[in-house]
Amino acid sequence: MSFREILEQLNIRATCKKYGLGMWRCPQFLFLVMGTVIIVTAIITYVLGTRYVADPNVVSLIVLVLTFILLVLTFSITRSLEGLAEANRLKTEFISIVSHQLRSPLSNLKWALEILVSGRFGKIEGKPAGYLQILADNTKRMKELVSSLLMVSRIEQGRLPLHKAEFSLADLAKEAIAEFKPIALSSKVEIALEMAQESLPQAFGDSSQLKIVIENFIDNAVRYTKGAGKVIAAVAPKNGGLLFSVKDGGVGIPKEDQKHIFQKFFRSGNILKYQTNGSGLGLYIAKSIVEKSGGKIGFKSEQNKGSTFWFTVPTKK
Amino acid sequence: MKKILFIEDEAALQKTLGDVLEQEGYKVLRALDGEAGLKTAQAEIPDLILLDLILPKMHGFEVLKELKSGEATKDIPIIVLTNLESMGDIEKALELGATTYMVKASYTLEEVVGKIKKALGE
Repeated sequence: MSFREILEQLNIRATCKKYGLGMWRCPQFLFLVMGTVIIVTAIITYVLGTRYVADPNVVSLIVLVLTFILLVLTFSITRSLEGLAEANRLKTEFISIVSHQLRSPLSNLKWALEILVSGRFGKIEGKPAGYLQILADNTKRMKELVSSLLMVSRIEQGRLPLHKAEFSLADLAKEAIAEFKPIALSSKVEIALEMAQESLPQAFGDSSQLKIVIENFIDNAVRYTKGAGKVIAAVAPKNGGLLFSVKDGGVGIPKEDQKHIFQKFFRSGNILKYQTNGSGLGLYIAKSIVEKSGGKIGFKSEQNKGSTFWFTVPTKK
Repeated sequence: MKKILFIEDEAALQKTLGDVLEQEGYKVLRALDGEAGLKTAQAEIPDLILLDLILPKMHGFEVLKELKSGEATKDIPIIVLTNLESMGDIEKALELGATTYMVKASYTLEEVVGKIKKALGE
């Protein structure tokens, strides 16, 4: 922590205001008060005990009273921390309820649009078809965002369900790549899959959740490749487990943003210039899934040169 | 013509999925709550039932239980079609005898129609 950061941390009034807490309910402020009380207590006790009061009973009494004050302060701090935890829980619950409520109308919208786009009850052509496609695309985006938010609320409530079983990581990667082929083609990006060897051991984890991670890696790689380019996905054995990676020659991540990349809602400054879509939730979700599956996640990136994102997944022992 | 009973309280879904099934050549019986759904099932003995879980008057699980305990209705394939997706709900539905469990938000309409055809053995 640099000196500047320490000073920023000490700007207690601003911090408490940011949390929306009154000073006497703000842990930072209460800690400061407690620290001050402890120091003052020590000094007073020392001065009184050595210079003015000879009676040890009186000194003990002073210490007792001050200890009681400290106890009250500690209690207030605990309460204020509980308040913060409760606020966080309510926020997570709020996200969960809102996302659930949004799901039904969104799936209704999606199905109705699917019928119109399919032309089942009469083909829609020309300009109206274009508007219809806008509706369909944006409904899809909304649906994806709602799924991501639900996922985040599950992660934060510790309710992310993982149903572990053996599966082929290479097949899962092939499946995900096939889904992205049309989008990649339209932006002139080629996706290739490299396998270190013909027969790889089966991975052990929740394949439907890990597919979300693979899709997120490929989606990012395609999205942040400017113009034509190549995205290389690879599956290889690693330390008794398996390693999946996706390499692109895209815009890369600036050094100063790299440490925030797995944070919730974080979006790198340079990508905002190219692409405004995206919630900043994908890599946060990916990290939670990979770590809960017993693997590791990481990346290497250089601005304007490209990025390689990877994760590991265990095999059955 | 095969009969499909669609027990679903949401009018929008009755319209989208119901209309598409009619176009696919099925006779679609519609019920907007659990009680009406159960009665229609017992009276009409459809070839397949699509069942939502959160329903007015009678919960989907209750309907499922009643259908599976009735002599005339116990062999009708039942597809649970809902937005509840906890593992507990899925396991309970399958335990009670549902043929398939589908989370609406995770499927396209075509996929749902495909599953219905499969359950009807087509």
